[in-house]
Amino acid sequence: MELALAHETLARWQFGVTTVYHFLFVPLTISLSAITAVMHTAWVRTGKELYFHATKFWGKLFLINIAMGIVTGIVQEFQFGMNWSTYSRFVGDVFGAPLAMEALAAFFLESVFIGLWIFGWGRLPKRLHCACIWIVAVGTLLSGYFILAANSWMQHPVGYKINPATNRAEMTDVWHVLTQNTTLVQVFHTFSAAYLTGAAFVVGVASVHLWRAARITRAGGTLDERRRRQVAVMRPSLRLGLVLATVAGLLVAVSGDRLGKVMFRQQPMKMAAAEALWDTTDSAPFSVFAVGNVNRGRNDVELSIPGLLSFLAYDNFTEAVPGINNIAAAEAAQFGGEPDHYIPNIFVAFWGFRLMIGFGMTSFVAGLFGLWTTRRKLWLDPEFRTGDDETPRLMLTRRHELKPWFTKWSWRLGAWTLAFPVIGNSFGWIFTEMGRQPWVVYGVLQTRAAVSPTVSQGEVITSLVVYTLLYGVLAVVELKLLFKYGGAGPDVDERPPGREPTLRGGPDGEGAAADQDKALVFAY
Amino acid sequence: MAFATFWFIVTTVLWTGFFVLEGFDLGVGMLHAVVARDEAGRRAAINTIGPLWDGNEVWLIVAAAAMFAAFPPWYATTFSGFYAVMVLLLAGLIVRGVSFEFRNKVDSVRWRRTWDTLLTVGSLLVPLLVGFTLGGLLHGVPIDQQHEYTGNVGDLFSGYAVFAGITLVLLCLLHGATFMTLKTTGTLERRSATLARRIAPVTALAVLAFLPWTHATAGKGVLPSVVELIAVIAVIAAAWLVVGRSEGWAFFATTIAIATTIVSMFTDLYPRLMVSSTSHAFNLTVQNSASGDYALKVMTVIAAVFLPLVLLYQGWTYHVFRRRVSAEEFTGPRSD
Repeated sequence: MELALAHETLARWQFGVTTVYHFLFVPLTISLSAITAVMHTAWVRTGKELYFHATKFWGKLFLINIAMGIVTGIVQEFQFGMNWSTYSRFVGDVFGAPLAMEALAAFFLESVFIGLWIFGWGRLPKRLHCACIWIVAVGTLLSGYFILAANSWMQHPVGYKINPATNRAEMTDVWHVLTQNTTLVQVFHTFSAAYLTGAAFVVGVASVHLWRAARITRAGGTLDERRRRQVAVMRPSLRLGLVLATVAGLLVAVSGDRLGKVMFRQQPMKMAAAEALWDTTDSAPFSVFAVGNVNRGRNDVELSIPGLLSFLAYDNFTEAVPGINNIAAAEAAQFGGEPDHYIPNIFVAFWGFRLMIGFGMTSFVAGLFGLWTTRRKLWLDPEFRTGDDETPRLMLTRRHELKPWFTKWSWRLGAWTLAFPVIGNSFGWIFTEMGRQPWVVYGVLQTRAAVSPTVSQGEVITSLVVYTLLYGVLAVVELKLLFKYGGAGPDVDERPPGREPTLRGGPDGEGAAADQDKALVFAY
Repeated sequence: MAFATFWFIVTTVLWTGFFVLEGFDLGVGMLHAVVARDEAGRRAAINTIGPLWDGNEVWLIVAAAAMFAAFPPWYATTFSGFYAVMVLLLAGLIVRGVSFEFRNKVDSVRWRRTWDTLLTVGSLLVPLLVGFTLGGLLHGVPIDQQHEYTGNVGDLFSGYAVFAGITLVLLCLLHGATFMTLKTTGTLERRSATLARRIAPVTALAVLAFLPWTHATAGKGVLPSVVELIAVIAVIAAAWLVVGRSEGWAFFATTIAIATTIVSMFTDLYPRLMVSSTSHAFNLTVQNSASGDYALKVMTVIAAVFLPLVLLYQGWTYHVFRRRVSAEEFTGPRSD
């Protein structure tokens, strides 16, 4: 079976589908592990049961997520060899090393300690048990760091030479690969975005519960004991989510600016594409809206802010920013072929860039707005203060509460913000990877030359169909479970483990009696 | 060159570690619905590996990553050549991985039966397909001068590769059954022991046929190697010990048997990595496929630091969760 499609097209679709899907879970895993760890620490330190319930609740949602993150991650590791064998052969020496480091240093840490955390309730001493989830959180960061170092090398290859005898890239400086500025700013940006994602997730779920409780009281009903205690869990959760969304959102913006500046120097084409800037321009404008025409190499419609792009790229309003046509001509002169070949998909780059920023920053603004309106004491008349087990009122000023219509829509925005950073992350990566085309390793190896030469189209189509179907079914299951457990709220009837277990005392030793108390131990 | 050989050994150790540790997880996965007919028993069976399987599976990831980093062409040719096998293997790994987490999250019999089936099938596919692939490396598949796989899906099949898959499935079944005997109580322990006794002779026969076949396929002369001899002794000992009801020693024997079987395959493969059935001149070897000395040196440092650490904390989890699991613990209301 041979279709009139380039082999590269199918392989890229497969990589796109599996990678975007995988990265739906990764940022949530990074941030929810940390949020769960914070809640767990709060429980260990204060002994307040509401923190125990918060730990179990967010922990459960975290576990449903990480299961998907892990299994879809294995596909990532295998498909370099399956669909991109020429790439793997060519770069394995440099690119394989961070991957192996990730597996050795991070995956073991995450997987082993997650088992210890899930099954450690009532079996490990409290502090040690709490340390396990922190180790998982650190493991997710380590894993992210190594894989981003590998990706950064594709964006901006350093610390290697081409061996002329084997025609393979060989690593010459691992330190450079791991600490080049592309890696560092990309790590900074991706991690802050990951924390923004988890923060928005917590804000979203907490908003649903708090608004549900508020609707009951507003309709004249009273909350039963169970619901009041759920509200008491959700209030500090919301608070934590809002603070984290604000801080992480700010860091996303700062790191995004840094990353942009690095990219303007290392991959000017990607950034010109992000701005649909066709020709080199002094005092380049930042484009708010544009409809480009690739064939004629210019925009038909454009709305822009003068000078801003130059500032974003180089910190001054006057320096010239190179345009798409100029860079394409230069690359064609350097690497051969037609200039058009070196122009990535401008539509995707331009809109991907804007959607990334738009969705990410909406969550940041929502966090800031929520942080202010739900404040406890600051510039707030005492009569508007709410108890620990009540939904907070949304206060604009000292005595001015938001109108009911605005209150309703504020809580709804809070719920919806759950999805925004997830969407922003996806567009960010689609922009980053598609903006680098036609290169897979920038300036070194082109994507069309990186595929597996002898894998048939039929095989790639089959696997594309298999993964898409399998991932689709799993997405339905995942959403069903997230709605079920997220919607049910924390199980406030659950009792924390009573006595402090000891590590000593085996099945027959003195700890044997404690071992019989195992209601909480089994997760499966 | 010394580093390249060292990394061949590391890769062997990683694959061996995978089968020794994940081997019993896979066995438990295949057997959990057989050993227990009721929900409490199945949950108990799954919970014997509950805290451990995830960490055990990482050995597979690390083994593949080590191939990628230390021998890029080996990784590239294996994964693109065995494309269809890898698609199935990944599907197996995916459904198996999520079924642990998902099966008990909805309180419905149909839901749990579905995930039970997926867990069983996934756990069967993994050793079958990994065994098939490792067997294929040794038996040889069509590879050209550029080290590219030139055949189609059918060319991957050889009697030896299929038998390698079956042998590893049997070894995992026996390993899993002896593990459950060791980790459960009461009815579950008895039924696991019975299963182990039934599986043991078949597994022993398969291994006794598989090792000479491996030796002959590799063309390593007449005399068996020490590792192969140990594998023979271990699998016979395992079969004898499961009948003799010494649970701990039986598990020790299956551990040695599964480890030495994998090590035999790799020592017989050395110094080749992947045999070309087109011409032996096109074989992938340790020499022609290794990464540069610098990269291997860096990786050696990383492995020297992290592998002992991993063994330490992974070993500690086995200590923490050493207690036996009994079906009676699961008869009450579900804890989540």
